[in-house]
Amino acid sequence: MGMTLVEKILAKAAGVEKVSPGEIIIAKVDIAMSHDTTTPLAIKPFFEIAERVFDENKVVIFFDHVVPPANIRSAILHKKIRDFIEKVGIKNVHMEGVCHQVLAEKYVKPGDVVIGADSHTCTHGALGAFATGVGSTDIATVYALGKIWLRVPETYRMNILGKLKRGVYAKDVILNIIGYIGADGAVYKSIEFHGDLIKEFSVSSRLTLTNMVIEMSAMNGIIEADEKTLDYTGRKGTIFHSDKDAEYEEVFDFEMNDLEPQVAKPHSVDNVTDISEVEGLEIDQAFIGTCTNGRVEDIRIATQILDGHKVKEGVRLIVTPASNRVYLECLRKGYIEKLLRAGAIVTNPGCGPCLGRHQGVLAPNEVAISTSNRNFMGRMGSPEAKIYLASPATVAASAVEGKIADPRRYL
Amino acid sequence: MRIWRFGDNINTDYITPGRLNLTDDPKELAKIAFKEYRPEFSEKVKKGDIIVAGKNFGCGSSRETAPVALKAAGIRAVIAKSFARIFFRNAINIGLPVIICKEADIIKEDDIVEIDLKKGIINIVNRNVALQCEKLPEFILKIIEAGGLINYIKIHGKLG
Repeated sequence: MGMTLVEKILAKAAGVEKVSPGEIIIAKVDIAMSHDTTTPLAIKPFFEIAERVFDENKVVIFFDHVVPPANIRSAILHKKIRDFIEKVGIKNVHMEGVCHQVLAEKYVKPGDVVIGADSHTCTHGALGAFATGVGSTDIATVYALGKIWLRVPETYRMNILGKLKRGVYAKDVILNIIGYIGADGAVYKSIEFHGDLIKEFSVSSRLTLTNMVIEMSAMNGIIEADEKTLDYTGRKGTIFHSDKDAEYEEVFDFEMNDLEPQVAKPHSVDNVTDISEVEGLEIDQAFIGTCTNGRVEDIRIATQILDGHKVKEGVRLIVTPASNRVYLECLRKGYIEKLLRAGAIVTNPGCGPCLGRHQGVLAPNEVAISTSNRNFMGRMGSPEAKIYLASPATVAASAVEGKIADPRRYL
Repeated sequence: MRIWRFGDNINTDYITPGRLNLTDDPKELAKIAFKEYRPEFSEKVKKGDIIVAGKNFGCGSSRETAPVALKAAGIRAVIAKSFARIFFRNAINIGLPVIICKEADIIKEDDIVEIDLKKGIINIVNRNVALQCEKLPEFILKIIEAGGLINYIKIHGKLG
């Protein structure tokens, strides 16, 4: 019996010939990451077992969740993290965007084992890496020892087939899949994406797909690296392929020819419907950004829709580029100017209002439509607010109309 | 001691809301546990209480504030039909016992339960019912027995 590419990456990291689902391994980590929300709880456990990080080249700390600090409490936590960084010899420190975007731009290579203290670390599977999220104690031990215990996951193979209609994007594809699989439908699974649509997708679109596998409770999502991946990363790494006789727990064929723009309704990500069911629902805030949909491709699509239009009076449109690199490219291409002229609020790169701490917090009974990945009750502010998730195109069109709108009218 | 029953897909934003968990102090975190989703929890929870939940408990974020808050609030163990992977790891790593029990629905809020982690058995003492649950792998049992991952590493001198 052959191996999947995840099994190959994990076997290499564990220093063994072969691994099988269910087995517990101790794997070497290539890139370890935490941010301003998860680092504080890692500090105490770290100092109980170490004084310096295992390898200063492999540890990266981000300030992205609340940057710059929005209040005294977050400022105190930032300060604690800065003291930690200095004491333990961490040299890779960034405050230039969402951790997953900057990590993809500057660090991850195909074949890497990427462990991050953030649930959306699964994003990096789009680059042919094994990437998964953990908590603070786990990341503390990785920082100390460079190793982690992992249970080798079973794999779901998902073949994404067909051609998308105009106005339908990777975000619609992944929302549709999550709606089908369910929020708990892939607990602990590895999801391997294949199919002609995946090959056709840009790396940006692939990152949108793997970013959201955690929303069906998967351990990781992965796409075999190709020329596009190497162009994007500029770093070679090791490209693994699944064997023809690799074992899959289940194989799914998703035919996407007739897919309509998708929307996830409150308060769970698997509560997904075609846009027609929610069209016309009034909104108070529209948000374009995050590790899911804050890249140049996303902001380009939004700009295309907003250009020549105005954000509906009374609606806040917040645009948060995912990184400084994204922000600069959007500036050079003139997108930012067009967005500002349309009435958008453009914030500094970071997580923005995604987790409800600043830059666009919702009042009770307010309604938001967002390109982010979670619509849990209270996620973006008041627990009495409602959050709808959609593609950048749908969010931009909704900002223009002041209600949830089908983007195809503007394309 | 009492049982706190919860349904399916209880996410980490419900356990420790992202907007409120701006602290690394377990006692402060205990105060915000389920603050919006079930406000009475943080007021009435007592040392030794147990949470019994449905499918996919702890889904969502990787924030370790969630199990830390529950442990600091006095929760002795979490029993669920299934767990989200990261919450499961985090709980084990801080020494909060987690038990996967497909028949968790049988347990009522006024039951008294005893848990045998090694055998993977939950005894409902007042009704004389025994539930067979998933046995945890030896390696994970050792981490819980040590009181968490850091203590495990201190005892064994290494991870593996």
